[in-house]
Amino acid sequence: MSRPTRVVSARLLWVAAFLVLVLLVVPWTIEAAGRTDLYYTLTSVALLSIASAGVWLTFYIGRINIGQGAYALAGGYTSAILVTQHGVSFWLTLPAAGLACAALSVLIGLPILRLRGVYFAMITLVLTEVARLTALALPITRGAKGIVSIPLPGEVALFGVTIIPDFAGLANVKLGFYYLAAILMILCFAGLWRLVNSRLGRLCRSLQQNEELASSIGVNIAYLRIVIYAISSFLGGIGGAVFVAISQSIYPSSFQVKDSIDFMLNCFLGGLGYVFGPMLGTLILYFGWDLLFETGRFQLLIYASLIIALILLLPNGLLSIRLPRHRRGGT
Amino acid sequence: MEQVLANGVYLGAQYALIALGLTLIFALMNVLNFAHGQLYVLGGFVTYTIYGQLGLPYVVALLASAVSLAIVGAALQGFLFGPVIRRSQREESTMLLAAGIAFLLDAVILLLFGEKQRGVPKIVDGVLNWDFRVIMPYDRILICALAIAFVAAFILYMQYSRTGRALRALAQDRIAAELMGVDVSRYSMIGFALGAMLAGIVGGLLVTITGVNLGMGGPTSIKAFLMVMIGGAGVISGAIAGGFILGMMESIGLSVLSQYGDVTYLVIFASLMVFLAIRPQGLMGKPWG
Repeated sequence: MSRPTRVVSARLLWVAAFLVLVLLVVPWTIEAAGRTDLYYTLTSVALLSIASAGVWLTFYIGRINIGQGAYALAGGYTSAILVTQHGVSFWLTLPAAGLACAALSVLIGLPILRLRGVYFAMITLVLTEVARLTALALPITRGAKGIVSIPLPGEVALFGVTIIPDFAGLANVKLGFYYLAAILMILCFAGLWRLVNSRLGRLCRSLQQNEELASSIGVNIAYLRIVIYAISSFLGGIGGAVFVAISQSIYPSSFQVKDSIDFMLNCFLGGLGYVFGPMLGTLILYFGWDLLFETGRFQLLIYASLIIALILLLPNGLLSIRLPRHRRGGT
Repeated sequence: MEQVLANGVYLGAQYALIALGLTLIFALMNVLNFAHGQLYVLGGFVTYTIYGQLGLPYVVALLASAVSLAIVGAALQGFLFGPVIRRSQREESTMLLAAGIAFLLDAVILLLFGEKQRGVPKIVDGVLNWDFRVIMPYDRILICALAIAFVAAFILYMQYSRTGRALRALAQDRIAAELMGVDVSRYSMIGFALGAMLAGIVGGLLVTITGVNLGMGGPTSIKAFLMVMIGGAGVISGAIAGGFILGMMESIGLSVLSQYGDVTYLVIFASLMVFLAIRPQGLMGKPWG
């Protein structure tokens, strides 16, 4: 067997092992152990890692994005409003939520993607807060009351054959949502991996290293930035929409500044150099936070101290790639 | 209309003081201090404890807020930001650290002071009523005047003192300053302490009017970011301009847009986006290359 074939088959083996783990081993283990509460935790991890993947993608073009909460909120509201007020099927609102967020992000991205470094970080953080205030102010989102008792996703049938069963009729709704989130996560990261290893991915890396140089060689940086930001926001919208379907409710405070910062922390912790970094980071941070629940009122203190200690001990350890463009000192 | 302008000046003065601290830290260290709002809340709680609980004079409490926050700021720089900046190659890791510190301070405040809204007795009684055109309680006027005085004192200090000159040199060009004999690590610490002290002073001033609670930190940081974006990051005059502009816009927005619901910040953000599309570096910031 020649070497490239071996690499490909080894990779396929890893993917197959991962699929078996996520789709068969994990549900089986949970059933065997009787810890059905873990379904919700793992579903959340899967969905948050989709949104974090979007943040990771904007890191990939050299932008620190702390505004993903805004798009998760926008996606959630799009889905909720379409389902409750227009009677659209959840399965149609899912892509609609993603596309609405992508369209919104093009509009917002046009001016703000010209900013860099901390400036972009600041404006996206403000964006999260503005999204919350908008949801509070607009009549269609029903303000602080939020949108509640959203019906569960219905049945999808093609030529009389049920493809996706009605979630309301499922014996185990948690398992249903777990599969939904896990499959979406797999699709998302497969797409992300494909994107990073394509021509577009190389162009993104050139942007991350030096925008002026990339531009002078002939890369259309303005167009590329918008496309990547739109994809990133699309993922945020999808994550938010599924989250709303699970909790069957959405409030302006469903996604706020803390969530946006968490998305960013997930990416940092998992490693910015690896496509699957956001998945790992979300898993560790979410489970870490859950495990610390036992410590009661010291939960936040220990969590924050651990994050700080991690940064102090490994300032470059988990962050494997470098951005030589950023100089320190002066503006 | 006079009332709206008076409210704008009152808000602007405190906002400018908050933005000054943030922009000072940013100019010196290139650190985006996410924890600035939490420092402000901490300052408020110190004043609450000393003036509200122990009953000592307000001046003592304000002084204690300033001093304790300066110590916190110096400690943050000395033990956390300094080592990380020295060892890490990426400016993002300081941002991550700042986010971690914001969580940590939230946790500390929660454990020490609880999550209840706290207020203190008024420092001055009475209301100024100018022909029903401007109505403003005396304590607000006093706080506003104090805030403006602190802004002026800060500018004078930065302009004329030896420390201020060194700090400005550091902000302008770190390496050149070091070559001219400025002790960079010492002045970084002083700068951080000064920035945190400003946050503490605002906290101490505002606790007398709005009170203080744990949840105020995050929104305050966000407002400070807005002001810095308007005025231009790392520029002192920009922070003051940004503070007064945001205060004025908030005051005008609240009175003009009130019939459409609470959309003031949406409008402010939308106009900021248009403004940034034309001028990404803010009013007085230097364009980056």
